[in-house]
Amino acid sequence: MPDAPVSQPVASPSVTLRVDGMDVTVAAGTTVAAAVARAGHQRFRQSPTGQHRGPVCGMGVCGECRVTIDGQPHQRSCLIVCRDAMEVTTDG
Amino acid sequence: MTQQFDIAIIGAGIVGAACAAALARDGHHIVVVERDSIGGGATAAGMGHVVVMDDSPAQLILTSYSRQLWHELVQSLPASAETQQCGTMWVAADDEEMAAVQVKRELLAQVDVESVVLGASGLRQMEPELREGLSGGLRVPHDLVVYPPVVARFLLCRAQEQGVQVRTHCRVLHLDSDGTIDLADGTRLVAQCVVVATGCWASELCPDLPVKSRKGHLVITDRYPGFVHHQLIELGYLKSAHAMQKESVAFNIQPRQTGQMLIGSSRQFDADDDDVDLEMVSRMMRRAEQFLPRLGRLTTLRTWTGHRAATPDKLPLIGPSRTSDRIWCATGHEGLGIATSLGTAELLADQVAGREPRIPATPYLPHRYTKSEGHHA
Amino acid sequence: MDDLQQQGSFRSGQLPQRDLLQCDVLVLGGGPAGIAAACISAECSSRVVLLESTPWLGGAIWRANDVRSIPRSGQHWLSRLKHSGAQVICEATAFAQEGGELCSESGAVRRVYAQRCDQLLEVRCGRLVIATGAQELFLPFPGWTLPNVMGLGGLQLLAKGGWPVRGQRVIVAGTGPLLFAVAAALKNRGAQVTDLLEQASWSRVARFAAVLPWLSPSKVWQALQLKAQLLGARYRTGCWPAAAHGDAVLRSVRITDGRRAWVQDCDYLACGFGLVPNLQWPEMLGCTAHGDEVVQVDELQQTVVPGVYAAGETTGIGGDAAAVIEGQIAGHAASGCTTGRQLRRLQVRRARAGRFARSLQAAFRLRPELLMLAHDDTVICRCEDVTWGQLREFRDAREAKLQTRCGMGVCQGRVCQNSLRLLKSWPTTSVRPPVLPVLAGMWSRIVREHDMDHQRDPGDQS
Repeated sequence: MPDAPVSQPVASPSVTLRVDGMDVTVAAGTTVAAAVARAGHQRFRQSPTGQHRGPVCGMGVCGECRVTIDGQPHQRSCLIVCRDAMEVTTDG
Repeated sequence: MTQQFDIAIIGAGIVGAACAAALARDGHHIVVVERDSIGGGATAAGMGHVVVMDDSPAQLILTSYSRQLWHELVQSLPASAETQQCGTMWVAADDEEMAAVQVKRELLAQVDVESVVLGASGLRQMEPELREGLSGGLRVPHDLVVYPPVVARFLLCRAQEQGVQVRTHCRVLHLDSDGTIDLADGTRLVAQCVVVATGCWASELCPDLPVKSRKGHLVITDRYPGFVHHQLIELGYLKSAHAMQKESVAFNIQPRQTGQMLIGSSRQFDADDDDVDLEMVSRMMRRAEQFLPRLGRLTTLRTWTGHRAATPDKLPLIGPSRTSDRIWCATGHEGLGIATSLGTAELLADQVAGREPRIPATPYLPHRYTKSEGHHA
Repeated sequence: MDDLQQQGSFRSGQLPQRDLLQCDVLVLGGGPAGIAAACISAECSSRVVLLESTPWLGGAIWRANDVRSIPRSGQHWLSRLKHSGAQVICEATAFAQEGGELCSESGAVRRVYAQRCDQLLEVRCGRLVIATGAQELFLPFPGWTLPNVMGLGGLQLLAKGGWPVRGQRVIVAGTGPLLFAVAAALKNRGAQVTDLLEQASWSRVARFAAVLPWLSPSKVWQALQLKAQLLGARYRTGCWPAAAHGDAVLRSVRITDGRRAWVQDCDYLACGFGLVPNLQWPEMLGCTAHGDEVVQVDELQQTVVPGVYAAGETTGIGGDAAAVIEGQIAGHAASGCTTGRQLRRLQVRRARAGRFARSLQAAFRLRPELLMLAHDDTVICRCEDVTWGQLREFRDAREAKLQTRCGMGVCQGRVCQNSLRLLKSWPTTSVRPPVLPVLAGMWSRIVREHDMDHQRDPGDQS
C-alpha cells in the first residue's frame, strides 16, 4: 500500500533541497523540519528576545518550526513536504 | 454604602485615563470606574495613531495641540508602549489628490506642523512596496504610533500615585443627573463632577448624548519588518471618515514595532455587534492590495473589530453636558481617540478648574447640540 | 501543482476549475472522526467534501505519512474513504465562514473559506461536521523552550516526518498510554529511549489497569516493567521533569518525584501532559459558550447550532476508537440517515467508549505539582517571550494579553492560554478568524457575485 492514499505519480525515492546553503538529500515524503534536522540544525528560529527555538508540537500549532522557504518567511516546516530544489533558510 | 468624591470618571480607556492623570494634578479626590479592564475597549481595538488631521479647523487645532502633548509624554513611556516616531505618509493616487496634498501642507503649516511633499519617485523611494502610478504623497514626519492599552495603564498608574482610586471590573448600573452613581456591587458613589468617558456606549448612561457607534475592522500580519516604514493612508481616507453613508473602506496600514503590519480601515453605522464581517474585511483588504501589490503574500494572524464613538459633526464632546452641570463629557472621538486623548484631558481639566484652556474649548462643548438634534441614520 | 492536487484529493477526475465547491456535508478535519463521518455520509449518498489542513490524512494519531505505523483500523478507514465517493482535499486550511442563515433553494447554506495552496477555496454546504481533533497540553517548566524539548506526540509526529532519532537518547515524559505508544514508535526508529516518566502515582496507574478483574496490581507492575524493558527503558511512576538544562540546545533533564531530584543526560525530551480539544471552530460557529472545555452534543452528535455536528476529540478526549464511533454517528446524522439498528449499535458503543475515556482521564489526572513548576523567569508565552513573573499582576487572560502581548503571537494562545487555563484558572480569550494563519490575499478574494457591479467605495478611483 503506498504512503499517500492515492495511486502515486512515479516519483524518485529521494529529494534534494538546500538548507542554509547546504545540499541535503532526504527520502521522498520527508518534512522540511526533518530535513533541517538532518542537515544538522536543531535551532530553527529565534524568539523576540533572541532565544533559540526548535519544533515542539509537530502539528502546526506552536509555530516554533517556522523557517523561510523559497523566499517566503514564516513557513511551518513540520507540515511541509520537501520538494526538489527547495531553498530553506533558518534563523537559528 | 455611599462614597464621596470630588470627581468620578466612568471609563478607563485612553481618554478616561488621560483625564484622570490631568485632573489628579489639580489635587481633586478622584475615582475611576471601569466595567472591564484598563484600556480594554476601543482603546485596545484601534491603531494607536497619533496624527494631525485637518478635516475641520477645530479638528486640526485639537489634533496638533494633542500631538504636542504626546511628544512631551513619550519620554516617560515604558518600552511596552511601543512608541514609534515613524510619521504618516498621505498617499495621492492622482493629480486631484496631489492638489489636495498641497492644501493639506499649507493647513498643517498654519499650526506649525511640518510636512514634506513628495512626487511619484520620492514616494516610491521611501515606500518601495507601493504600486507604480501613484502621484506622490505628503510626509508628516512627527506623527507617531503607540500601543494604547499600555499607555492607558501608565497614565492611570501615574494618577494612582497622586491618590486616584481605580476600580476595574466594576459596572455602573445607573448615573443620576445629581452626580450619583450606582454600581453593580451595590456601592453608591457621589461626586461633584462625573466625567463620562465611556466611548460609544456613552448614550447608555446619558441617553441624550449624540454619540453613535461606528464599527471598524483591522487585520494584523506576522512579522515583516520594513515592509512599510510610515503609517500609509490614502487621501481618500478623509472621504471615508467624513462620509455619513452606512459603509466604507479606505486604505490605511501601520507598521508595528514588532514588525507586524496592521491593516485598516473600515467604517459602518448600525453594526453594534463585535462579529467580524467578512465582506467588510474583504473590501478593506482589496483596497489595501490596490496600493500594496505584494501585500497578499504576507501571512495574517487575526482580524477583529472595534467601535468608534461618532458624533454628527465629527468633533468630540469635551465639557459640561447638556443634562446637568454635574455630568461632564469626554467622549465622541471617532477615529482620533488616541491622538486627541491628551488634549481632551487638558481641556477638561482646565474647564473644571475654571482656567483659560490653551486652545478654545467652544467647538467641542456638548452644549453646541440643541436638545432636538441627534444623528441622522 | 498537479501532483499536489493528486496527493491531496482522490476523487476521480479533476477538481472543478472554479475554486467553489458545493456539497451536502462538509467535514472539517481528516482524522479518525472526520474520515468516518465522511465515509458514512458519502455512503448514504450525500455529496461530501472533507478538508484537512495538513498534507496527510489520519490526524495526529494515524498520521498517514508513514503507512508502517497506521493501525489496521486506520488502514481500513482510509481505504474505505477512498472508495466512498467523498471529495477529500488535503493542505486546505479552513479559516473563516459565513452563514447558516444564508439561504438557497435547497435550504440554509453555510460558506466555509479555506486556503488551498495559494488559492481561495469556498465550500458551500448544508451541514457541517467539526472533527478538528485535539492538540497536546504543554505545561511550562524552567528550560522547556530549549530546542529538542518537544511534545510527547510532537516528537513522534516529527519522527514520522523523517526527523532523525536513530541513536539519540530520549526521555519520554508525561502521562497515560501515549507514553508507551510514543516510546515504542521511537524505539522502532532506532532511538534509545532511556526513561519513561509517568506523572501519575503508581496507585493510580495500578487501579486503572486493574479494572480487568483477573489482573492484580503486582501483575500490572510486572507487565509494565516488561513493556518498558522491551523498550530498553526505565519506567517510573510519580515522576516528572522539573527543569531542562542546556546552553543552546537540550543537554539534560532534572527529574523529580516530589522528594528527591536527579539529573539525566539526554538528547531529546518528549514531554506532554495530555490532550486538549481544538475548539476554535466550535467557538466561531457558536457551538460553545466561553469557557467551555468541550463541545456539547446530543445523541446524534448535533451541537446547539442546527446543521452543525461535532465528533471526535472536540466532544471530549477519547482516542481514535471513540472518534471513529462518533464520526460514524455524525455521518449518519448529517446525511439524514438516522433510522436503523446500525445507528443504535453505534450509540451503545459510544457510551461504552465514553466510560473508558472518562476512567482514563481520571486515572491520569494531572498532579498539582505540575502546575507549580514555573519560575518567575520561565517563559509562558513562547511566541512573545512573556514570563511567569510578568503575568503575576493580571486578573484574566485578556488583560494579560493586552498589557504583555501574551497570546498575541503566531499561535494565538494555543500554547500559553491552554496552560494558563490550568495554571491560573483563566478562561481562554475569544477566537477570531482566521482560525489558522492564512495569506493576506485570501481575504480580498471573498467576493460576492453582486460585488462586481455594486456601488464603489468612496476612495475608489474610477
